[in-house]
Amino acid sequence: MANSLKKQWDSLKGSQFYAHYRRSPVALLSSALLLIILFLAVFGPLFTPQNPFDLSSLDLSNAYLPPYPREGSDPAFFMGTDQQGRDIFSAIVYGSRTSLYIGVVGVLLCSALGIFLGVLAGYYGGWLDSLIMRLADIQLSFPSILIAMFLMSALGRGVGNVLIALMLVGWVKFARTVRGETLSVRKMEYVDAARVIGLPSHRIILRYILPNVMTSIIVLATMQVGTFILIEATLSFLGLGVPVTEPSLGMLCSDGFKVMFGGLWWVSVFPGLYIVVIVFAINLLGDFLRDELNPKLK
Amino acid sequence: MSKILEVENLATYFHTFKGVVKSVDRISFSMEEGEVLGVVGESGGGKSVTGFSIIRLIDPPGEITADYVLFDGENLMEKSEKEMNQIRGDKITMIFQDPMTSLNPVYTIERQIAEVLKLHQPGITKAQCRARGIELLKEVGIPNAEERIKCYPHQFSGGMRQRVVIAIALAGSPKLIIADEPTTALDVTIQAQVLQLMKRLVSEKGCALMLITHDLAVVSEITDRVNVMYCGHIVESAPTRELIEKPLHPYTRGLLASIPGSGAVREDERLEVIPGMVPNMFDLPKGCKFAPRCAACMEVCREREPETITVSPGRQVACHLCGKGEEDA
Repeated sequence: MANSLKKQWDSLKGSQFYAHYRRSPVALLSSALLLIILFLAVFGPLFTPQNPFDLSSLDLSNAYLPPYPREGSDPAFFMGTDQQGRDIFSAIVYGSRTSLYIGVVGVLLCSALGIFLGVLAGYYGGWLDSLIMRLADIQLSFPSILIAMFLMSALGRGVGNVLIALMLVGWVKFARTVRGETLSVRKMEYVDAARVIGLPSHRIILRYILPNVMTSIIVLATMQVGTFILIEATLSFLGLGVPVTEPSLGMLCSDGFKVMFGGLWWVSVFPGLYIVVIVFAINLLGDFLRDELNPKLK
Repeated sequence: MSKILEVENLATYFHTFKGVVKSVDRISFSMEEGEVLGVVGESGGGKSVTGFSIIRLIDPPGEITADYVLFDGENLMEKSEKEMNQIRGDKITMIFQDPMTSLNPVYTIERQIAEVLKLHQPGITKAQCRARGIELLKEVGIPNAEERIKCYPHQFSGGMRQRVVIAIALAGSPKLIIADEPTTALDVTIQAQVLQLMKRLVSEKGCALMLITHDLAVVSEITDRVNVMYCGHIVESAPTRELIEKPLHPYTRGLLASIPGSGAVREDERLEVIPGMVPNMFDLPKGCKFAPRCAACMEVCREREPETITVSPGRQVACHLCGKGEEDA
């Protein structure tokens, strides 16, 4: 097992993909940023001065401290504090956990749904295809944020409900992409050959269609993580997303927004900037993957 | 020798918005065990559809009907999809035109061979699969099979890939191999090698081969008998030698005359061509489908479809010219 893993690693290192990756500043920059972001989300709590959601660790006398090195700031809270004396940096670290979790798990869920429906539509065609794709068309005629808001107001706040909403909003993109790719892969002679050797349809789908559409799924999924983090932030900003007990970056922005024009800009701006950095890094990586994995662009 | 395949009144119609396309229109033929049958004709003549119809791999809007398709004594038309899956790949296999796309690019050769083996021999172990795979690759003449079996399709050349495809086709215990233009995508030297290989394997294993091609040179090289197809009909069926030496149907004659250096044409003459185009499949002529392009077209040809008549044992032709005993036209 270890041996075969090593072999796979060696073949990856010898591949063109790896060579391009090493020479691409964009790819290196975005992966470095993502590594830092992940590191902060996983191990961040070890460095933060407080647990922002443990009320006993907060001190109201620290409320609205400005970021370091402005006058009256505390170097321990270098990004300043909010109205409850909560350290903004700590809040961002904890909030990014929620945001990233929703982004990644949301994409896993909605890609599963989208791939399933897309493959069915593309492989079997006929009325099933028409049904799924018309459904997708109808859904696409509404802005996705509108659908998400509608679903959230019906379901109520909560991380699980945000995931359900994102899944129902995002499946369309996956289904359409996968359907298109399935249609073109299905015409390949190796799929005919698989049918000729008597393979049942589910085996053909799992072993012949899916692996050959995987590259486009990888690219789309990467981009979609960024989009979902943004949608979740928007929902939370509007008060329709995660509950107050598990604030995400979007909710932090929303909290600070009320006092932003009072000159207390840092409460809202730092979480917002962090969203920008995360989405930026993910999109850069997605762009690189798209250029690399899409043979049509080469 | 007994018959391995008997097809009676096989018809495959595609129902489209523009009308019904009769790709294969009530054809009947049979194959002996171990026989190599060539199916020739122009593009759109229904050659490939015939092959796909026999193993019942026609998707809607296509529809297959037949009085019977007897394979090894069993009527394939009455099999369930599940039973067909057991026959496909095991007893009847198919080889495709383009070796570049007929292997799955994401798996090694070993996995693709193992796929067939596992499907048709449940309980086979991984080691057995590998041993059998290596054996198959050696049979089709792939050097260093032990190492090559671990390679991906893109690591093979076109000719080698076609050999791999043939190896996969042989992985079951085929009684009939349908090869759909197996050498069209290969250059002539490789083409000759692959044809020789197929001919050798077929005679060694005693399985029948249906070779679908538009290349009469290929046909003359390895087949025992030839069906000439035009617009979904078999217009002539004859032993290869007889067909080439004494073609009866004007279409067959036209095909033979259009081969450079075939003897029918002198070196300094221009090549003869069959005038006109294959008719639109939505709008076929009423009588003989070949009538509009036929030099020997008569009044009756435009009116009535010619019946298939047996000229001599093993030799059928569908042409009004031959009906009146004018065989040596």
